[in-house]
Amino acid sequence: MNDTTLTSVTDPATRLQLFRSMLRIRRIEEAVARRYGEQRMRCPVHLSIGQEAAAVGACAVLRPTDQIVSTHRCHGHYLAKGGDLHAMIAELYGKVTGCCGGRGGSMHLFDPDAGVLASVPIVGSNVPLGVGAALAAKQRKRPDVAVAFFGDGAFEEGAVHEAANFAGVHRLPMIFVLENNLYSVYTPLDQRQPTRDGEPMAGFAKVHGLFFEHIDGNDVVAVHEAMGRAVVRARRSDGPSLLVVDTYRFLEHCGASDDDHLGYRPVGELAAWRDRCPIERMRAELREADELDGATERAFESAIAAEIDDAFTAADAAPYPAAHTAMEAVHA
Amino acid sequence: MPDAARVLAPRIIDAATAIREATAQAMRADERVFVMGEGATDPKGVFGTTSGLVEEFGTQRVMEMPVAENGWTGIAIGAALCGQRPILVHQRVEFSLLAMEQLVNNAAKIHYVSGGRHRAPLVVRLVVGRGWGQGPAHSQSLETLFAHIPGLKVVMPSSAADAKGLLLGAIEDDGPVIMIEHRWVHYASGQVDADAIAMPLDGPRRLREGDACTVVSTSYMTLEAMQAADALASAGCNVDLFDLRVLRPLKLDAIVESVRRTGRLVTVDTGHATYGIGAEIVARVTAEAFSSMKAAPRRIGLPEHPTPSARTLAEVYYPRSPKIAMTIGAVAGLPPKTIAEIIEALAHDRDSVPLDIPHPSFKGPF
Repeated sequence: MNDTTLTSVTDPATRLQLFRSMLRIRRIEEAVARRYGEQRMRCPVHLSIGQEAAAVGACAVLRPTDQIVSTHRCHGHYLAKGGDLHAMIAELYGKVTGCCGGRGGSMHLFDPDAGVLASVPIVGSNVPLGVGAALAAKQRKRPDVAVAFFGDGAFEEGAVHEAANFAGVHRLPMIFVLENNLYSVYTPLDQRQPTRDGEPMAGFAKVHGLFFEHIDGNDVVAVHEAMGRAVVRARRSDGPSLLVVDTYRFLEHCGASDDDHLGYRPVGELAAWRDRCPIERMRAELREADELDGATERAFESAIAAEIDDAFTAADAAPYPAAHTAMEAVHA
Repeated sequence: MPDAARVLAPRIIDAATAIREATAQAMRADERVFVMGEGATDPKGVFGTTSGLVEEFGTQRVMEMPVAENGWTGIAIGAALCGQRPILVHQRVEFSLLAMEQLVNNAAKIHYVSGGRHRAPLVVRLVVGRGWGQGPAHSQSLETLFAHIPGLKVVMPSSAADAKGLLLGAIEDDGPVIMIEHRWVHYASGQVDADAIAMPLDGPRRLREGDACTVVSTSYMTLEAMQAADALASAGCNVDLFDLRVLRPLKLDAIVESVRRTGRLVTVDTGHATYGIGAEIVARVTAEAFSSMKAAPRRIGLPEHPTPSARTLAEVYYPRSPKIAMTIGAVAGLPPKTIAEIIEALAHDRDSVPLDIPHPSFKGPF
């Protein structure tokens, strides 16, 4: 039996769950976008609309005791890993019921119960934390793996290479998931990195002693299968992996709006990627295979809508942290 | 042997040995404690402070690091968040500058930002170089960079006993603690308890008592300040000398109380005077004890230029006991003739040892 057959996603229930999980993240972020103009979520938001397949495909393979670390664009990873929706929305509102009690905002989502170790808004800064979680798993002789999500911009950060080098030296149970969405804020990849022969960023894996796969990041099944192979390798101490997943951000870097009018994307690029929307693709695939009918999808939509309404209502009603608590928990 | 005899038996070791002993004892007591460092397992063992540890605990608990300070600092923080208790060691303070991003953005804040749910128990040991021409990028103390950041704790031992006790206290702490070790303090010898007794990270210690002036010093400069204080005492000028020990959280109650009595304050920094710890102490103490002040407070610290390598330049760079005594004498209002006599005596003592090495056994190069 090879790794591919071990992790091939043919089970309709799993495929349906991948679709539902992506749909849920999309609807939650659309709700954030829709309500952002009310100016009651007074923190920066970095929406992952368009990139859901990477988060969902990767996290679907993981256990709650596996740890992930994320970035400023953390909503999708947090939700895909099982992070609590109420605690996330409340955090965006700056409420005491937020996952950080209102101290972090949208870029600091974490949920210890779900294995969302930390989200860090400094590019690349989260990646060493993830490798530290992998080191701890090895030291404590636990069967857990750690996953660091980061983007093509973080690939330019020294800390990422330093962390990957360390993971390679110690053959840690670590998976690096590089979501290449082609832009760092408004600056395209070709202004930031040299042209490389062959697979993009493959050399990174080679120099740091990592297994490597390059995947269509808008194909949730492909991400799931590649991640499955990486997790198998990690759990049996074969060493760390790098998955480069190609994907695309539909909305602006920070905020809730379209930004195609700014002109930093080539004409037609956004439309072409919207045609490759990971959710539409999965829906079409499931419909084609007769694994998704209209009634099921409507049931998904209404359940998700109700859950979102609940979370926003609760967040709205929750108290803000009291000013006198600001000095608490500076030191452990 | 009766217990009392064991306790009373003199046991003089130097601070480097005390640090190694504390580390080994903490590792025996708690398997979550481990050491990370560039050179942690090498033949020199970080000036002897990690020597022998890898033989006892193995390479998985005394870990040699790649030369990637920010990366492995973040890895330490990640491991700490998952329940481990790393001790990080850098052979020079300057190497940790490459890790400031992780220390400032993640280690210092993650407990606070998580509303107290995350804990990052780690100790970062940083060594200040001095002498033998260490030069501009191997001699900086830089404690104020760390002490500026809420969420970090910062300690600076000046004795072998404090080196052991504060390190054990730092290892026990559930948050990030920066321990800045002056290279010359590694040679400081004294009575050190054989047992592993953690000291609370709770503030200054009074080393000399008097009413003439309050003096607050840090790290190695405490050794110079003690010499100055003793010379002043022989002339009848007794100062209240405090070794600050813990720079953050900064507890100045005892120092404020002292200044209310003496009306005078001199600070002696290991680092630069401008924006230094002395500036913070003077500002806070003056605000609280202003009505008691009889003289303007004075700060002693490094001058406004980088550390030069050549001995002739280093000689005028580092303040030593005569300058400290002169400053205290002036603040305390001693007659110029008395001050001159004290300086004369101190200068004679000072000139009897080489300028640029910490100990007669030292032959370079580090």
